[in-house]
Amino acid sequence: MKRTKRRYLALRLEVEDVPSEREIMDAIWISVTKLYGEVGASLTGLALMNFDAERKIVVIRTSLESLLTVRASLATIVNFAGRNVSVHVLAVSGTLRALYKNIR
Amino acid sequence: MKRQFFDLHLRLNPKDQQTIQRVIFKAAKLGYQQIGIPTIPQPNNGEDFAVQLKVLATQNNINFISRIDLRPRNLEDMTRFLRKYRRKYEIICIQCDNKETSRQAAKDRRVDLLNFPNLDYRKRFFDRAEAELASNCQTALEIDIKPLLVLEGPPRTRHLSTLRREVLLALKYHVPIVISSGISEEKLLRKPRDMASLGVLFGLGEKESLDAVSTNPETILARNREKLNSTFVAPGVKVIKEGKKA
Repeated sequence: MKRTKRRYLALRLEVEDVPSEREIMDAIWISVTKLYGEVGASLTGLALMNFDAERKIVVIRTSLESLLTVRASLATIVNFAGRNVSVHVLAVSGTLRALYKNIR
Repeated sequence: MKRQFFDLHLRLNPKDQQTIQRVIFKAAKLGYQQIGIPTIPQPNNGEDFAVQLKVLATQNNINFISRIDLRPRNLEDMTRFLRKYRRKYEIICIQCDNKETSRQAAKDRRVDLLNFPNLDYRKRFFDRAEAELASNCQTALEIDIKPLLVLEGPPRTRHLSTLRREVLLALKYHVPIVISSGISEEKLLRKPRDMASLGVLFGLGEKESLDAVSTNPETILARNREKLNSTFVAPGVKVIKEGKKA
């Protein structure tokens, strides 16, 4: 079986208070599902890798094929759990090591 | 060469100074090199506001592009506006809300951008004929991303469907596409690459989307800045040296 290529995304959240990991991932899943439906969302292989609550930086993983899909969905997030929020992609990389190097 | 990123359409209220400062600061922070803000064509207010915006933008290391959004009711209005403002603004955008002015705007070389503010597909007039006319004059189609951020559910689906149809026509007839934010609040401002990524939602490829926020606006701006230059005579002809008066 062919190995799935992955991409790691570092995201900066612009939100007043600190949301929980669950709230963040729910917001991303909801956004992808709204734009691409349940089947489309299931193909993205989204997973939370790390959440730095202090800097409000989230690292997520997705498949390379759905990178654009996920990026577009992230751009459409304007609120979650009653808060105004915007999500900015800080860096995209094929390995976590390179990603952390980029955002340091 | 590194891409320069543009947001040609920041709709800011001239009376809300704080928001203006915050939006310009944030645009610079997010990585935009050039921003366009429509100013109001009033003899007392318009130019002052433009000068003030230019100063603010320069303070934030960002380039300000003077832009005017015109919403003519009929052809006479449009001709009059274009004659009056073409030499004063770097970008002229026509907000098309009727078919007559849309068609005329598409075939007038003085118009840079066609913007369709109405979300109802029956009141958007970017069809095959419009695309053909715009293609001949290199008038670009401007797409604001704001409705994609604020709408939800069926209205957004309908809007995406309309945009996809328009983009397909624009690509077929080689009409340049410009993606702008069209926002008036800082919270809706997105990074240039994030804004470009929304292009995939209405049928643009990755490169075409990036071109829509960088190369296409850059081409329009370069062309107009050259025309506004005092040495410009005609496309490809400019004054390089003036002789002494006898």
